[in-house]
Order: sequence, then C-alpha cells, then structure tokens
Amino acid sequence: MQKYKKFLKPFIYSVVFIFFIIISYRSAKPRYKPENFTDIFNDFSWLINWPKWLDFPLMQPLNSGFDWLIIKYGLFFEGINNFLLGLYTTMKNSIVGLPWPIVIALVIFITYFASGRKTNTTVMVAFCTFFLGFLSPRYWDKCIMTTCIVVIGMLLCIVVGIPIGIAMARNKKVRSALLPILDLMQTIPSFCYLIPGILLFGLGAVPAIIAIFVYAVPPLIRLTDLGIRLVDKEVIEASEAFGASKKQTLWGVQIPLALPNIMQGINQCTMMSLAMVVIASMIGTRGIGDEVLLGLQQLNVGMATEAGIAIVLLAIIFDRITQSYGEKIQERTQQKKKI
Amino acid sequence: MSKIEVKNVYKIFGDSPSKVLPMVQDGASKEEILEKTGHTVGLDNVSITIEEGETFVCMGLSGSGKSTLIRHINRLIDPTSGEIMVEGTNVMDLDKKNLIEFRRHKMSMVFQRFGLFPHKTVLQNVGYGLEVQGQKPEERNKVAMEKIEAVGLNGFEHQYPNQLSGGMQQRVGLARALATNTDIMLMDEAFSALDPLIRSDMQKQLIDLQSELKKTIVFITHDLDESLRLGDHIGILNGGRLVQVGTPIDIIMNPADDYVKAFVKDVNRARVIKAKIIMIPPNKTNGMDKSNLIKVEEDQFLEEFLPQVVCTNANCEVVDKKGNIKGYITSKELQSSLTKS
Repeated sequence: MQKYKKFLKPFIYSVVFIFFIIISYRSAKPRYKPENFTDIFNDFSWLINWPKWLDFPLMQPLNSGFDWLIIKYGLFFEGINNFLLGLYTTMKNSIVGLPWPIVIALVIFITYFASGRKTNTTVMVAFCTFFLGFLSPRYWDKCIMTTCIVVIGMLLCIVVGIPIGIAMARNKKVRSALLPILDLMQTIPSFCYLIPGILLFGLGAVPAIIAIFVYAVPPLIRLTDLGIRLVDKEVIEASEAFGASKKQTLWGVQIPLALPNIMQGINQCTMMSLAMVVIASMIGTRGIGDEVLLGLQQLNVGMATEAGIAIVLLAIIFDRITQSYGEKIQERTQQKKKI
Repeated sequence: MSKIEVKNVYKIFGDSPSKVLPMVQDGASKEEILEKTGHTVGLDNVSITIEEGETFVCMGLSGSGKSTLIRHINRLIDPTSGEIMVEGTNVMDLDKKNLIEFRRHKMSMVFQRFGLFPHKTVLQNVGYGLEVQGQKPEERNKVAMEKIEAVGLNGFEHQYPNQLSGGMQQRVGLARALATNTDIMLMDEAFSALDPLIRSDMQKQLIDLQSELKKTIVFITHDLDESLRLGDHIGILNGGRLVQVGTPIDIIMNPADDYVKAFVKDVNRARVIKAKIIMIPPNKTNGMDKSNLIKVEEDQFLEEFLPQVVCTNANCEVVDKKGNIKGYITSKELQSSLTKS
C-alpha cells in the first residue's frame, strides 16, 4: 500500500487532465472536430497547429455562474453595497461640510498624537495637506473623497486581513490553502475584478473599495503572518511553560511582538490602496484620480501632472501618519540600549 | 514516592514516529534509523527518577537530547511513547485545561537564551507567571519585587530586558521562575550563554538560593564542572540514550563507558573529590607512619589540603565536625584517586 501511495497524486492529476480533454472535445463546435473520433489517430495534422477542438470551455460557465450569482445573491451584494455606500457618503459629507482650516487642524491633531508628538512630521504633514487645496481649489473636495475611500478600504483590510494573517501563522494547513489565493489576488490584473465589481455593486465608490480590498489586503496578511511567525520561539516557549493559554500567548506576547511588522503591513496596505484608487477612477469612481484621467484624455500634461502631484502629497500624508505610528510602537517594544 | 519519574520515554522526530518506534525499541541505532527512515531519534528509552529537593543535572553534548528531555517534563514536547509522572500524576493524561493548571502551579522554567519578553519591563517579566494565573497587578508586583530583590536586581525593575547585560537578564529569568513559587524548577542550559565569571557567580547564587528554598531542580548543561558543582545526581545522555546516572563522585571514579571517560578526562579531580571519599578507615592503617599528621575535615576537597601535604610530606587524619577521627589518607590514596584512568 505504502509503495503505491506516491503514484496516487500523479494518477489523480492525469485522470483530471484526461477528463478536461474529453470535456473540451465534446463541447467544441462540430465543424472544428474531425468527423469521426478515431480520425485523430489516423490523421496527425492536428499536431502542427493548435487544433480548435482542443479548447477548454471556461468562459461560458464563468458567465453563467456570474449571472446566477447576481440573480440568486443580488440582495446580499445590494446589502454590502448599501452599507459601504452609506458609510462612505456619511463620512465624505461630514468632512466636506467642515471649513477647510478645521480639516487641516484635524489632520495636524491626528498626526501630532499618532507620531508621538514629533514636531517635524507634524509640520511636514500640515504643509502637504495645505498644498492639496493650494494646487487647485477643486482638488480639496476630491482629495477628501479619495481619502474616505482609502480609509474605508483600509479599515476593511485591517478587520479582515489581520485575523486571517494570525490564522495563517498558527495553522500550516490554512497557510498552504491561502497562499495561492493571495498570489492570485496580487497577480490578477485589476480590471479583471473591477468590471465584475461594477456589475455587482454599480458604478462609484463601492467597487473601488472592493478593488482596494482585493489589491491591498495580501501584503497585510503576509506581513501579519510573517510577523507572528518571526517571534522568537524561546519566548513563546517561555510563555507556554508558565501556563499561558493560547489566547494569552497570542494577545500578551505574539501580537505585541509582531506589531512592528503588522504596522508595516498597514503602511503597505495604505500605499497600495492609493495606487488602486487612481485606477478605479476609470470605472467612474470620483476623486483625485479622475483629474489625472481627465488630463490624459485632453492631452493636458500640466493638468495630469498637477493632479499627480496631489496624489503624491496624499500618499506622503498617509505614509507619514501610519509610519510614524508604527515607529512609535516599535520604540516602545524595542527600547534602545542606554549607553 | 519520587518527585519526578520519567519511565521508558522514547521521542522520535519525523512524519510518522509511531511506525519507526518498534525499530528503535528493537535496538536500532540512531544513524541506522536516520538512514533508513529519515526520522531522528531524540530520546531512546530514557528512565530517570528525581527525588524531592535534589538538583538533578542532565548532561550531554549538543544533540544528545537533553533539551528534549527537559521539555518532556512540562510537556512542551509530547513523547512518542512512555510515561512521565510528576508527584504521582501522569502528565500524559492531563487534558488541555489541566495541563495549563499544571504548568502554572507545579513547575517553572529558565531558558538558555533567557526567553524574556522584550516588550515588558523587568517587573512585568518577573510577574508574568502570576499574570497568566489571573492575579491582580498589585499582588503580583509585590511578589515580583520580592523576587527581584532576591536575585539582587533592585532598581532595575522598570528597565526593559535589552537594557540589561546577559547576566542580569538571566537573573530576571531566574526571578521569573521563582515568582510562581513552584516546587519544581526546570533549567535549560540556564548559564551556558553567560561568560565564565558571571556563570560561576550565578552558580553560587543558585546554590545559595537552593540551600534556602530546597526546590527540586532539573538542570541541563554541557559543562561538566557546572554539573559537578550543582548536581546531587548527574545523568549523562549520549545520542538520546541515558549512559550513566549517579552522584558526581560515581561519575568521576567509575565512568560507565568511553563516552563518560572522555567527559571526565579533563576534570580537575582535586576540586571534586572530598576527603571522606578516599580515606581508609582507622582500623586498616597497619604500619602507617602517624608521626607526621595533618588534620583535615571530612567534607574538605582534596584541593584544599593537597599543597600542605606536598610541602610537608605528611599523612592526613580525617576528622568530622566534632573532631572524631574518621580515617586516614596516605600518599598512596591520593595518588590513586588523582591519577587519570
């Protein structure tokens, strides 16, 4: 029995492979196929150019599956849509409604406390914020829209990504099951899920949030997983030896020690969200991204560049705030040696 | 009843240890198993008994399975087969909840690379065992402060571990193990990462603490001098097998095989052997020259009176603390005990 075990997997694979070929042959249009099945083995001309009957039919089932999804679970997606849209509009309207000096003051306030009262970072972030509106008054509201989308997308990533990362670090099976999915999410071109996103959630902010989630959550999951696995084994052993339960070890030791890595993941997550929100402007998401798109469409280099600079400034603001918060945590957990 | 009993424990690392177990039990060697099945034998039929209040030192080179053995006692590692009894309860029978309770109240552990929590202060580190038990901060800080004082680290309680030197860090590790006030202490190469001066300092501190606290200590080391200094009994492991168990004197005077012989070859015997070990009883001293005698106490090490003997060319009279004559030592006994076999 043991002897044949290693042949089991190749056997299964070849059965599946042959099954696929049979499916493709049967579903091919009759005019592409030889008249008789046995002709394949008499006339070998099909070996020169790829024969038309050797075509795996993936498109049809995917389309019908997608239709079925919309019909059957339309309400479910509608619910998600309404929730995210509601969140987005309330957030956007409340910030847009504020006078701009108060918004800048708020940003300064957040940065000052997130960075652990670092004046340099605060001043820099304040200038960047000011320059958003200073570049062009139109940008101010658009930047707020973009920020709201990014923030909601990020929150979604954090709420889903960190627990998944922790589950991956603790269970080998979960990790080997999820890694290919993460690879898929990172490599599949963003338009492949932007378009279905429109069909499921309509135009606007919600498909952008979903796209952000798909695009930006993998690095957060990976870095959380890595951070937790990198915690010194002896420290974990020490915790267990003193009778800590799994939960106590996780919250008391693993997460605090993995926090610098997790914060790095959140930072990466923000940067990728910002990149995605610009692409998402192509599916009608309002925000600073559509200024770039507009500039390109009108061949207006100055306009596109100006909007590009605004995006860079926005990125700097996000990066400085999350990064400096991460550094603050790191200082607390890894105190420098006094000399 | 012994405090800790390890009975016929086997540990095999690999994909399907239970299949390899019969081979190991039939006496296949470690190398054979590795070559044939790709499994590593960690422990091979190890049985030890440790009495209450003693320091049992487990010695061996790296890869001999000593760290694996100590982790079996608090079940950080599960054995492939065998029993581990602590105070009469079989540790293998404990379920998850009871195992946690068992680890909280029965034993504590000190680690080779300290295993301190870098994000907690010294005070929080020492109080960790009490924290997981659910004690209130005030109570556990009080106990933790006592232990910090016991290891001589007052004033450092609000520092973080990486602000301390290696020796100080291991003191924190020791204080943390003492804080839960368990009967059994497991020390996994606790002093191996320290430099020689601090190591001997820590050994002395441990001996002092032990004379006061009378805990059952299982100590792992690869350093023979350390094991001779600390151990009431020493177990020597080689390739997962227990080669010899005995008192320090046993090990030195009657090494069981070549492996142990190689271990004890370089040891300074004069520092380990006490006068009472090699003395001959008073009634067997026919024809001994008693005109030139030095008085030595029975618990003195040879090292302490050897120079005197050499200078004066005298024989020794061994007395106990009250001054009663217990026996004699001539140059013949000295010679035979100090000659390397």
